[in-house]
Amino acid sequence: MRFWRKKSRGTPPPAPPGSGRLLLLLALGMVLLPQLLRMSSLLVAGCVAVLLWRVLYEIKGWPLPSRGLRLLIVMAGIAGVLQVHRGILGLDQGMALLAVMLCFKLLELRSLRDALLTLFMGYFMVVGNFLFDQSMQMGAYLVLVVLLLTSAMVALNHPGGQHGDVPRYFRLGGGLLLQALPMMLLLFVLFPRIDHPLWAVPEPETRGRTGLSDSLQMGTISELVESNEVVFRVDFDDAIPPASQLYWRGPVLWQTDGRNWERMAQQPLNAIPAFERLDAGLSYRISQEPSGRNWLFALDLPTRLPDGVSARAVVLPDMQLIHTRELRKRERYTLHSSLDYRFEAQQLEEWGAALQLPEGFNPRSHALADSWREQGLDDEGVVDAALAMFRQQPFYYSRQPPLLGDHPVDDFLYGTQRGFCEHYAAAFVTLMRAAGVPARLVTGYQGGERNPVADYLIVRQSNAHAWAEVWLPGEGWVRVDPTSVIPPERVESVADSGRFESVEADHRLAGSGLLARLGWRVSSNWDALNHRWDRWVQGFDRQRQQQLLDELGLAGWGWQQLALLMIALLFAILIPVAWWLLRRPRPADPVLAEYERFCRRLAAIGLLRHADEGPSDFAARVIAERPDLQGAVNRITGLYSALRYGRSAGRQGLIRLRQAVRAFHPKQA
Amino acid sequence: MNHWQRLLSWHRPEASDQPLSLERGRIYILPTRHGWMFMLVLLAMLIAAINYQNGLAYLLTFLLASLALVSMLHSFRNLYRLRIRPGHPAPVFAGETAWYPLLLENPRALTRLAIGMQQQGREATPVDVPGNSTAWVRLAVPTERRGPLKPARITLYSLFPLGLFRTWTYLRPATPMMVYPRPDSSRGLPPPQPGGEGQDSGQARGGDDFASLRPYHPGDSLRQVDWKALAREQGLMSKQFGGGEREVLWLQWELAAPLEGEARLSRLTRWVIEADSQTLCYGLSLPGRQVEPARGEAHRRQCLEALALHALPLRQGEAR
Repeated sequence: MRFWRKKSRGTPPPAPPGSGRLLLLLALGMVLLPQLLRMSSLLVAGCVAVLLWRVLYEIKGWPLPSRGLRLLIVMAGIAGVLQVHRGILGLDQGMALLAVMLCFKLLELRSLRDALLTLFMGYFMVVGNFLFDQSMQMGAYLVLVVLLLTSAMVALNHPGGQHGDVPRYFRLGGGLLLQALPMMLLLFVLFPRIDHPLWAVPEPETRGRTGLSDSLQMGTISELVESNEVVFRVDFDDAIPPASQLYWRGPVLWQTDGRNWERMAQQPLNAIPAFERLDAGLSYRISQEPSGRNWLFALDLPTRLPDGVSARAVVLPDMQLIHTRELRKRERYTLHSSLDYRFEAQQLEEWGAALQLPEGFNPRSHALADSWREQGLDDEGVVDAALAMFRQQPFYYSRQPPLLGDHPVDDFLYGTQRGFCEHYAAAFVTLMRAAGVPARLVTGYQGGERNPVADYLIVRQSNAHAWAEVWLPGEGWVRVDPTSVIPPERVESVADSGRFESVEADHRLAGSGLLARLGWRVSSNWDALNHRWDRWVQGFDRQRQQQLLDELGLAGWGWQQLALLMIALLFAILIPVAWWLLRRPRPADPVLAEYERFCRRLAAIGLLRHADEGPSDFAARVIAERPDLQGAVNRITGLYSALRYGRSAGRQGLIRLRQAVRAFHPKQA
Repeated sequence: MNHWQRLLSWHRPEASDQPLSLERGRIYILPTRHGWMFMLVLLAMLIAAINYQNGLAYLLTFLLASLALVSMLHSFRNLYRLRIRPGHPAPVFAGETAWYPLLLENPRALTRLAIGMQQQGREATPVDVPGNSTAWVRLAVPTERRGPLKPARITLYSLFPLGLFRTWTYLRPATPMMVYPRPDSSRGLPPPQPGGEGQDSGQARGGDDFASLRPYHPGDSLRQVDWKALAREQGLMSKQFGGGEREVLWLQWELAAPLEGEARLSRLTRWVIEADSQTLCYGLSLPGRQVEPARGEAHRRQCLEALALHALPLRQGEAR
């Protein structure tokens, strides 16, 4: 016997079934496609060549490369990845390497084990694609890939399968996936989430993006406003506040050389500086698109640091929120802000910075500010005077302001009088500082557009804004937006009209054609769908989980309790699924159902009816073995035969049969 | 008590040829090596999902984990309530491959796919059992020595549908498989001797001369069937041979004299095959056992079994 055993071990394992290999190749080709689009053309050519080689082997019976050649190809592939992506630590490099290895593994699919290993790599590759793109479209595409991979797995485990079995594999694979869905949902909702990665991970590289910058020149923001790109989306726990309150705080600019405005070097803080809150505040959740910058945006003024960011968040003393890493992927965080507040200056050195102006620039502005002081106006009076000037004199709000000369503020105030928000804000801050009122320039976003479908706020690059803050004794830092005082008739662009009054798109769409309105409606729906996807799938993190659990009445449950609940519910799902899968097929005929119950009770004591055995033959055999059961067996068999083959009985007979079978409890001899 | 006994002897089922239906207590299920590998891949996916806070990666990880759980149920279901009927293996000559058959009955409407059979490292080609139908699964058993071969424990298993779990059951059929001695390669037969005194005329109808036709009886050699009569639609008829002299061939232990032991049995086996193929009337005489002259399938089997069992050492043919 040992001899044979040894010999059978020596034979190579049977090759995986052909239809399974073809399904696997198709699935892997599909999962590799998005990855190949991210790779350099040389590597792509290599991978495609190897894939085609395998396909030709399957279809035309081409020979596969020898062992030595395979080794050479693998080396060439790895060298190629190392050459194209210098270093090996990045995500792009890692995924490229995985793709190359996966391709080359295709050249040796000799055993079931090889095939399944490759298939598992394919599943992992799906996750790899998700790291680069989590959109709904990618999700739908990869659902198809997962179906293919699962069907291929079924096919690979069916030795002797034919190509004609492929529809059955899809049915089985799809059925398995459908049956897995309830448990997947349960795990997804209840699996405890953590805020931070277990360890620092490389992230996908980002290309340069447009957006706010950390310095301001007159004219930089007006370039941005033509862009419709989304910066972030906001879900408010309660109603969306009025547009006039929606100031999303970005970089605060202190230092100027008369033309450029720049940030001040400051030490970041680990907690929000104390300020006096005058309202209950509001909570909201921001989903910010990757910017390549490390700024986070809060409504004036945040009361605590953002919750849920992937790395640490800190705050600058001038209340700008900073992420310790650049945003290379969508970042979601929960915030709480007070819209009515009293914010005192923190440090004395702020005073100097808030009054700094270069010598020899904008003499007429200085003169204007001095004249206000000579009139005996206090700080508040100076602010009002400046705003009154913008309101009463013919200042225009324009997206195409004329170029300014060497004294930009003077040129703007006394020459062109046409400007965008940064012109008004910069001119205002210059005037304040000239009059001795501490002031600073704040950049960020203002307002937003409400999505009418799902009631959330979309903030785009076109919402970029600049405003001013002045320090008034007894009131602290007060926000002043000089642009907002320009009367509507002097706003040139339709898109800018009403941006301080409403978050509805109506003002923007006023006067546009039916087609434009229709297009807007379609894009709103699409955006809302994507936003829901982001809320429920992509960005379902600890905060969202907590929020959902609160709604379900599970507020305050710890992760241990959640884990226990998850396991309990898992069983609660698994048991009915098991019951349904393993249930006894119930014959449509009630007479047959009763007879089968009778046979089952006999089978339980070791008397199994043969498939080819008629009821009377079976009864005779049972009685021969167990004469003590004769009465009941004969009675039941007789009733059954009469119902089955005779013309008699009907309903009465069925009831009698049922009673007889239910009363039949044979015991083991 | 009964349960404890079963638990303790779980891998040693009682030998039985009774048909049985696979119920819960008889089916075992464990993850395969591929199943463990899949779990490792899932763990890697989960770590990627956590580290990249990637919702879709979480979703896929949980989908695949649930898929594995569901596939466990399907795997179990593939054997659950399958009915098994051990078949009767056809006897073979030593050195030939015997086929051990099992009849699988599927009482469910759904097809059960890829059910395999295994014995001592040998594999049968997995079979599919269509819904409400049956299928034979046959295991090739190589034979070396003559005598009854007690079947070793059989494992009936399935990896379906995903290969992540292996579900199996153990069977120990009771009927031994008969292995006849290996016939040697000699040709020819020992010369015929006149029949013994005790021979009744009706018993042995040997010889080459055609005597008469009589209706076919089960057990008559197919070579005796008058195929032409069948073609003439006269029904199955057996040709009777004989003539005047009742020629009886005695295959005697002493006639194979120069040979010893197994070689001698091999020679006698060859003679039985030869005599049967010539539709002779032959008898077999071994030390301690005598088979009266006759002909036909049943007689041939009787003779070969006598040779297979002759002077068998005690532990011969017992499979472990």
